[in-house]
Amino acid sequence: MSSTSRTVPGKTPGTGDDQDLGAAGSQLSTAPEEESPNLPSLGVVGWIRWFWRQLTSMRVALLLLLLLSLGAIPGSLIPQEGVDATKADDFRANHDVLGPLYDKLGLFHVYSSVWFSAIYILLFVSLIGCIVPRTWQFVGQLRGRPPGAPRRLTRLPAYTTWRTGAEPEEVREAALALLKKRRFRAHRVDDAVAGEKGYLREAGNLAFHVALIVMLIAFAWGQLFKYEGNKLILEGDGFSNTLTQYDDFKSGNLFDPDHDLAPFSFSLKDFHGTYEATGPNRGTPRVYEAKVVYSEGAYGKDEATTIKVNEPLEIDGSKVYLTAHGYAPILTVKDGKGNVVMDREATALLPLDSNVTSSGAVMVRDGYRNPEGVKEQLGFNAFFLPTYGGKGSAMFSTFPALLNPMLALSAYHGDLGVDAGFPKSIYQLDKTKLKEFKGSDGQLFKKQLKVGDTMTLPNGAGTVTFDGVQEWANFQVTRQPASGWALGGAVVAILGLAGSLFIQRRRVWVRAVKGADGVTVVEMAGLGRSESAKVPEELGELAGVLYERAPGAPDADADPETPDPRAVPAEGAEK
Amino acid sequence: MTLAAATDAATELAVATNEHLANLSNTLIYSAMAVYTLAFFAYIAEWLFGSRSKVGRTAAALTADTDAKAKAAAPAVTVNKAGGTTVLERPQVVVRTAAGSRDVPDGPGAHGGTEKGDLYGRIAISLTVLAFAIEAGGVLARALSVQRAPWGNMYEFNITFTTVATGVYLALLALKKNIRWLGLPLITTVLLDLGLAVTVLYTASDQLVPALHSYWLYIHVSTAIFCGAVFYVGAVSTILYLFKDSFENKLATGGTPGRFANSVLDRLPAAASLDKFAYRVNAAVFPLWTFTIIAGAIWAGDAWGRYWGWDPKETWSFITWVAYACYLHARATAGWKGRKAAYLALAAFACWLFNYYGVNIFVSGKHSYADVGLGALQSVGF
Ligand code: HEM
Repeated sequence: MSSTSRTVPGKTPGTGDDQDLGAAGSQLSTAPEEESPNLPSLGVVGWIRWFWRQLTSMRVALLLLLLLSLGAIPGSLIPQEGVDATKADDFRANHDVLGPLYDKLGLFHVYSSVWFSAIYILLFVSLIGCIVPRTWQFVGQLRGRPPGAPRRLTRLPAYTTWRTGAEPEEVREAALALLKKRRFRAHRVDDAVAGEKGYLREAGNLAFHVALIVMLIAFAWGQLFKYEGNKLILEGDGFSNTLTQYDDFKSGNLFDPDHDLAPFSFSLKDFHGTYEATGPNRGTPRVYEAKVVYSEGAYGKDEATTIKVNEPLEIDGSKVYLTAHGYAPILTVKDGKGNVVMDREATALLPLDSNVTSSGAVMVRDGYRNPEGVKEQLGFNAFFLPTYGGKGSAMFSTFPALLNPMLALSAYHGDLGVDAGFPKSIYQLDKTKLKEFKGSDGQLFKKQLKVGDTMTLPNGAGTVTFDGVQEWANFQVTRQPASGWALGGAVVAILGLAGSLFIQRRRVWVRAVKGADGVTVVEMAGLGRSESAKVPEELGELAGVLYERAPGAPDADADPETPDPRAVPAEGAEK
Repeated sequence: MTLAAATDAATELAVATNEHLANLSNTLIYSAMAVYTLAFFAYIAEWLFGSRSKVGRTAAALTADTDAKAKAAAPAVTVNKAGGTTVLERPQVVVRTAAGSRDVPDGPGAHGGTEKGDLYGRIAISLTVLAFAIEAGGVLARALSVQRAPWGNMYEFNITFTTVATGVYLALLALKKNIRWLGLPLITTVLLDLGLAVTVLYTASDQLVPALHSYWLYIHVSTAIFCGAVFYVGAVSTILYLFKDSFENKLATGGTPGRFANSVLDRLPAAASLDKFAYRVNAAVFPLWTFTIIAGAIWAGDAWGRYWGWDPKETWSFITWVAYACYLHARATAGWKGRKAAYLALAAFACWLFNYYGVNIFVSGKHSYADVGLGALQSVGF
């Protein structure tokens, strides 16, 4: 019921009406009664009861909802550890004052912080405290019958009347049949028929709120038990689902690597990518897929399949996504004596842009001796373009496929620092203990190679041959349990919401009595939960049908009642 | 090398045709703006030449209302008198507004009930229809020129959004809803938005990023734009409600509103009607907005391996959703109906706007399309 709070402060027109109408207007909704927040004066139990009433009141639910939306804001503006840990660290490093303060307030992980959790847990406690009584009330309403007609139907929002030659009993019978046919729950009370329809609205509303709880539990469950890991795999290589095989790995608090990692394995047979060659979409992947062979369980049978960008492979509750692709140049490295120290080995490089300009590091760890015969390690900074624009063009690839591959290497020797016990990035050289090879110009020794080219390191230090290019694909393996529940909850929530917002719950009464002059007076009235144009419309239609069964009789000479000056005719298909 | 040369030649050819389409699109958008401008003037004329009520319908109604209240002790009975001795087709239904609400009839609309004003109003609507058709053509040409849905950058968002918003307005008109009063504010903002689009936000027709191919993306983005347009219509009527409500309050408490307020606000529908309309619009689209977020989550699940990750765009969709839920709740909560609920509705729409514009401009996240696929690299340690 729309009105301003100013005209009738503190008291809603709704409740005012309900009081006017007595039982007739009651329980059209199961919304909790509002009470004024008077402080109790009765001991602990009184306080607890008071607190519970407050928590489950609409007003507090509303405030908690407001808090929830406000509380979600900082997480979108401050870098979040869960989304991008590097950015969060950068922020900490750059803000001496704000950093520690944010840390204390949990602002780097808002959505798992104590205060945010408190808001939504309170909200959901309130929600449960609201749903349970509402459900009982609703069940009660379903068992009961619509309340009888109020004494003065004229006070209802939609009203019509006429005089008819038919007997009151006939009219009531016809009305009952009509309402039943229109799927009202209808029955006769005294001199009138009462009908009600639209219970699905309440059911939908309850279903929606229950579905919210289901979604929250499913989401929380998923967060606690989920895991997510990445693995870069060269064509021909394989992977089996154990913790040590991952390049990086994140998991929920209750995740147990011994039990929750499904035992499966797969190997990448072939990555296949084709790209739009022309037009504004030049370079956009057309085909982008990985052909893999996988086996479920420890001793499963091998099965072949294809993983595409939006089509992950599902094994045993886990999903394997294809998330990236790149190139790995194949190199052969020989020492000064011609001994092969790296034999046609592929090293994955990381793409920098959508045309797969790539960079990385090639490392020779074992077996190399320098011209003096001393054991050393070799390192190369590698820069790779699948499609090189030609001499003089920028050092950026112009197309993602291998149209004109070019590899640029710069060479170092010494200690790679990879044996020091702690893992280093394998995509970057740690130059602290490396020395540059010098070219004839005294600068760092660099060379650009095409497939098949060999470069000779200065001073008889050996050769490097660019044998070819292999492709790699990056896979993300995730498992988020209960996502089926979340989806189910979401579907129910939408359906419930649609029911709740589109279905009108309304009551119709038909009264037929003999007037003083012996002519039957029919009165019909309708009441909706909110003022809607639909209620009078429907009442008009019902009246039209009933009027055919009980046609009008001539008016009495003097109308016993005065018309209400405030009455306005029903607008048809109004705004 | 020959392969590269061949692709280059083919590229040039394709670029030429696409450029043609892109130019066509620009021409259409500019033409649409010109027609919208004409429509804008026609709406202004409707307001100017429509009657400026001197008596003040609202004031009259409000005083009549107090008279009625004085008589309220007498039984307020409504009887259908149309019958008489003639047989009527169908008994007439009489409606009563709820007790406690102001009983103000809707204003006659911008034209103020005058024929001249009405004529200008009709011209304005015809022009709006024409501009809408031209703009829709412009959006379509743009889509064809980039061979993808025209939602790749802010310019494209804006032209699509204004088209849909106008479309929603025209559709409601076609459904015979009483919303002609929305014309002037709507077209004004459409013009402003388009002006912003073609100057500040303009981006040459270009393929920026490899879009992820998933029909969920199309469902998600198109429903998001549609919801935004409907929320926008709701927000405009909420603002008008707030104005009209204070106007009515002022009259009811014996104040005298300024001449401008009298002339403009008196012609609008009653505050209660505006409020109801705003509520219906917002409530009707709220389930679709819920669906939009869920469709986005499903798509994120397919594309990124997690269905919800508190990415800024996701976060702000969630905030918007909760804010609209607040609004719906407020309308069912004593002490929050009316103006307070209206402020909540406006706050919710502000969240939606921020999600559309603010997040794209100020906050970076996965939804800034450019880094599709790079997320994986970061996790590889790059
Ligand atoms: C998770 C947070 C919640 C969300 C997102 C939410 C959302 C909604 C929505 C969208 C509606 C439909 C509004 C309408 O019918 O006009 C609604 C109705 C309702 N909600 Fe909630 N709600 C939440 C929590 C609660 C809580 C905690 C309570 C308990 C106090 C509650 C009680 C109600 C009631 C009684 C209605 C029906 C109002 C009516 O009959 O018009 N809700 N809610």
